[in-house]
Amino acid sequence: MAISKIWVVAEPTEAGLTTTTLELLSAARGFAPTVEAVTWGPNAEASAAVAGEYGASVLHDVGDLGASLPGVPVAAALAAALAAGNGPDAILIPTSTDGRDIAGRLSAKADLPVLTNITGLVGGEELTTQHPVFGGAQIVSAHFTGEGPGIFVIRAKSFPVESAGGSPATISTLAAGETGSTNTATVIARHVEERSGPKLDEAPVVVSGGRGLGDAANYALIEELAKLLKGAPGASRAIVDAGWVPYANQVGQTGKTVKPDVYLACGISGATQHMVGMKGSKNIIAVNKDADAPIFTVADLGIVGDVHKVLPALIELLKAR
Amino acid sequence: MNVVVCVKQIPDPAAPQSLEPGSHTLDRSGKLILDDSDAYGVEMALQLAEQSGGGEVTLVSMAPNGETSGLRTALAMGAAKAILVSDDALKGADALTTAKVLAAAIGRADGDLIMAATESSDGYTGTTPVQIAEILGLPSITFAKAVSVDGSTVKVDRQTESGYDEVTAPLPALVTVTAGVVEPRYPSFKGIMAAKSKPVETLSLADLGLSNDGGGQEITSIDEAEARSSGEIVVDEGDGAERIVSFLEQLKIV
Repeated sequence: MAISKIWVVAEPTEAGLTTTTLELLSAARGFAPTVEAVTWGPNAEASAAVAGEYGASVLHDVGDLGASLPGVPVAAALAAALAAGNGPDAILIPTSTDGRDIAGRLSAKADLPVLTNITGLVGGEELTTQHPVFGGAQIVSAHFTGEGPGIFVIRAKSFPVESAGGSPATISTLAAGETGSTNTATVIARHVEERSGPKLDEAPVVVSGGRGLGDAANYALIEELAKLLKGAPGASRAIVDAGWVPYANQVGQTGKTVKPDVYLACGISGATQHMVGMKGSKNIIAVNKDADAPIFTVADLGIVGDVHKVLPALIELLKAR
Repeated sequence: MNVVVCVKQIPDPAAPQSLEPGSHTLDRSGKLILDDSDAYGVEMALQLAEQSGGGEVTLVSMAPNGETSGLRTALAMGAAKAILVSDDALKGADALTTAKVLAAAIGRADGDLIMAATESSDGYTGTTPVQIAEILGLPSITFAKAVSVDGSTVKVDRQTESGYDEVTAPLPALVTVTAGVVEPRYPSFKGIMAAKSKPVETLSLADLGLSNDGGGQEITSIDEAEARSSGEIVVDEGDGAERIVSFLEQLKIV
């Protein structure tokens, strides 16, 4: 089954589309002659301009969902399009909270399997997927064996963002699908976390803390360092599990994938599930008491030392400049 | 209010992991334990059942070889009983197949609220709970960092990329929790002893009226990733911080 048309689920933001969406649109152009986007929300025109710039010829608009979570209604609209024979050969979905909801709902509704955690795609008669396993030490290749379309959920930062310089996509209304009793989750309030620095997954510098910090209070060192370096503070799963920092700071297999210019890992041993989230960083600096910590196998500069000594000293040096 | 919790029993993450030679799926023939992620789901379920004035927490799990050790851990925390689906035909089953099996098992349990972890620690496909919700015709709220129930409504603080949303849904509903949503209790000695005799019903695919049609996806190969080599490793002798600053200077970060 050759891939002639790909749909990219395009997550809207206030100003346009998410960066991961742009990555998927950019990638899709390399795998099919026709790329179309599927979106929702009140800003179809703005989304159509961005989607078009990145190569989508059509923007299928599910419309303003009001207070509904996108998962159910977007999946229902997609399933209806597939059932009507108007669908694509492959659907690419960003790995995000809503992207995963949409993928799961669509998979069950249309009785189609789903592949997730994809970091690479190989084109041809069909799409073959690549997934990191064992902390990214190995790559597993997979594919769908049945009739499509395939549902591909792709991790952030798997593909570069490349503008196609295209004109705005044509907006086409995507008819709503059947949702039965499932569309009853309602957003009653939205909270945008005050952030004084760059977003974790976009920061040029990430300073991350792990269990080696000793206790929750010491995370203040991480936050101060991040601020001094104009970066974002991150965390290993261990300290998120321990309740020291929110899940939003988590870097790893579960949590955010980051590819900053500099990743400073403090008191992080380098468990495989953490490595997957940061191995792609341009430069990695690690500080850990244990010379055998796996993080040192990927560090460009490794300091075997006590974070309680090194970090305050580093903060002083940076403040003095 | 009764709560049903989906739990997964996974190869111990502290032990070396390996893939089956033929299918390249995860080797699950060794010791299996309760997924850490599910300790949060179980704890949340126990607290919500307690807060609602009583109610039972039922565990539902799909595992090979009739495995129950992870279930006993969750029963020791305070869950009342468990339903286990175990069948050789489910070896290497994908997320959608797993969801169909768990949904059928949940259908045999009594629960106004279904809970699960947002993703498992071994497969992290991350779609199974929502697939279950779709099959059962329930609303779902994922990535919960706080959960409460008020009468017949569940309210969740749902993690988003930019912060969090407050989301409600009428029961029955499915909610998935993130790590750290609550502090899981350690099973007491009394709980561990009691768990030994709590009921675990083991079912096969045939008992559920299902068969495994194959799933529709397969792994074709496994390759070494490009290795990232390490650079300079030095022992801190009071100069560690300076070494870092020089490194950052070279990169023009400072």
